[in-house]
Amino acid sequence: MTDAPFVTSRAELHPLRRAWARVTVGQTLIWLALGAGAWIAVFPYIWMVSSSLKPTNEVYDADFTIWPKSFSGFENYHGVLFEQPYPLFLMNSTIVCLGILAVQLVTAIPAGYALAKLRFRGSAILLGTVIACLTIPINVTSIPLYLGLVKLSLLDTYFAMMFPFMVSVFAIFLFRQFFKGFPDSVIDAARVDGFSEIEIVIRLIVPSALPAIAAFSVFSFVAHWNDLYWPLIVVQSQEKMTATLSMMQYQSEFDTNYGRSFAAATVITIPMMLVFLFARRSFIRGITMTGVKG
Amino acid sequence: MSAASGSLARRRALLAYALVAPASVLILLIYIGPIIAVIFASLTDYTLVRDGFSFVGLENYTAMFADEAFANALRNTVIYAAFFLPGAFFISLFLALAIQSRKKFRSVLEVLFFLPVTSTLAAMALVWAALMDSRQGVINNTLTSFGLEPVNFLGDPGFVLAALAAISLWSIIGFNMVLFLAGLTAIPRNLYDAAAIDGADHPVDRFFRVTWPMLAPTSVFVAVTTSITAFKLFDTVAVLTKGGPARSSEVFLYLTFLEGFEYFNMGYAAALSVFFLGLIFVFALIQTLLSDRRINS
Repeated sequence: MTDAPFVTSRAELHPLRRAWARVTVGQTLIWLALGAGAWIAVFPYIWMVSSSLKPTNEVYDADFTIWPKSFSGFENYHGVLFEQPYPLFLMNSTIVCLGILAVQLVTAIPAGYALAKLRFRGSAILLGTVIACLTIPINVTSIPLYLGLVKLSLLDTYFAMMFPFMVSVFAIFLFRQFFKGFPDSVIDAARVDGFSEIEIVIRLIVPSALPAIAAFSVFSFVAHWNDLYWPLIVVQSQEKMTATLSMMQYQSEFDTNYGRSFAAATVITIPMMLVFLFARRSFIRGITMTGVKG
Repeated sequence: MSAASGSLARRRALLAYALVAPASVLILLIYIGPIIAVIFASLTDYTLVRDGFSFVGLENYTAMFADEAFANALRNTVIYAAFFLPGAFFISLFLALAIQSRKKFRSVLEVLFFLPVTSTLAAMALVWAALMDSRQGVINNTLTSFGLEPVNFLGDPGFVLAALAAISLWSIIGFNMVLFLAGLTAIPRNLYDAAAIDGADHPVDRFFRVTWPMLAPTSVFVAVTTSITAFKLFDTVAVLTKGGPARSSEVFLYLTFLEGFEYFNMGYAAALSVFFLGLIFVFALIQTLLSDRRINS
């Protein structure tokens, strides 16, 4: 009776001991590296949010604390949202991103369908052009695009901010690959039933492509929200300033209220973090679809 | 019958043209036209300040290769890339391998490492500048607490490119990691079983016998796209250093931006853009050659 507890506790020790045996030096080092890496990945966000809640004199305090010693988060965020034109900047960013996305989808889905499922002369040339353009960044074509917009006196308009991105060769290629897998028999059956080609696209193809559309949408929205290069070239007034572009002003002593500066940075960055966290699967699918298959 | 099906085919072809027309017109206006125009402009002395222009042949290109600023920008970009590329490739590969085998924490780690990719780099650059601050930044506080000398990361010409590379690494590693993870998932499991039968059951053997060769297409893709990304360094330079101190962080794309949109030397900036286009073409060629060899062998 007395040694019964020993027996059970030894039996319970068993899986623990087996787990211990699996802990090797290599495994421990990998865990340490992963932990340190994750900390480096996340720490700038922690620091930013933490600083956005601090008064200016505490932001660069020698002994950093995550929770502010004197809380001024309310003043900082109130300052950003009600005393500075941030609602306008955020609205500009949203208008530009949604406008770009809408035109991209409207142009890329039909083109992707035609390239995947319809036979027409020139389709090989078009597909080749699309693939070639995949590698060409805005930085190469920005000078002629800028000069064209100057000639049409369209600088500092929403149109100018959206125009270079109104066709996404990536989206055309993505949807073409996606539609390739759609069964021809279903399309033929729909044609026999008297569906027009437009109806086929709207009622069959688009619903089937919702995962690809979602993936691309998240990808496009985040990319253009974060874009600094093109707005820097075509935006000239405060009225058209995007949220990301507004960050340029801070390095030139635009706001020496550091707590408030980082509140502004937080307000700009958090929407993208939320988009990512809610649409993580789509987002990562969007990237792997570009990458390995493209 | 054949006439009817012929007209049907014609109707369908017409419809196909209608479906691709908007995209095709926009591709002409946004890609093809501007590419032709930028090559054309690179052969002129066009500036936005004057109205007219004249052809100068290859003068912009000879000026470019003699230009000290161009040499400086190219040198800075290459130094930056030397810091950036190995980390962007090998750290991402290591993380992908380390995360792939975990069941429990895989998705948490994936989210944490990927988070910086979605970040607005222009905003996070300000945070990094504060962390790297020469006097009161968290990084220098940590260094001095270990008894090391504080470093003026963004203000010292000897450090600025490495500091910018570190910020870029922070923002790209999660992206490359996801690409590697996708490549790893695509490797058939039975190859590992076959390798184990051949005696390769140590993780290191398995890596070199199965993982590394099977991952080659992904690796080539990651290496090529990351190299192009290295030449596109812009946001952190524009927000944080403006090419300084003493032009030690004036990289290729930033110089092109300055020439075109600050000094309005459109002809010269166009020549720089065409140089970039050529560079991308070379990288695309390397990628095609490497992946073709894979398939043929």
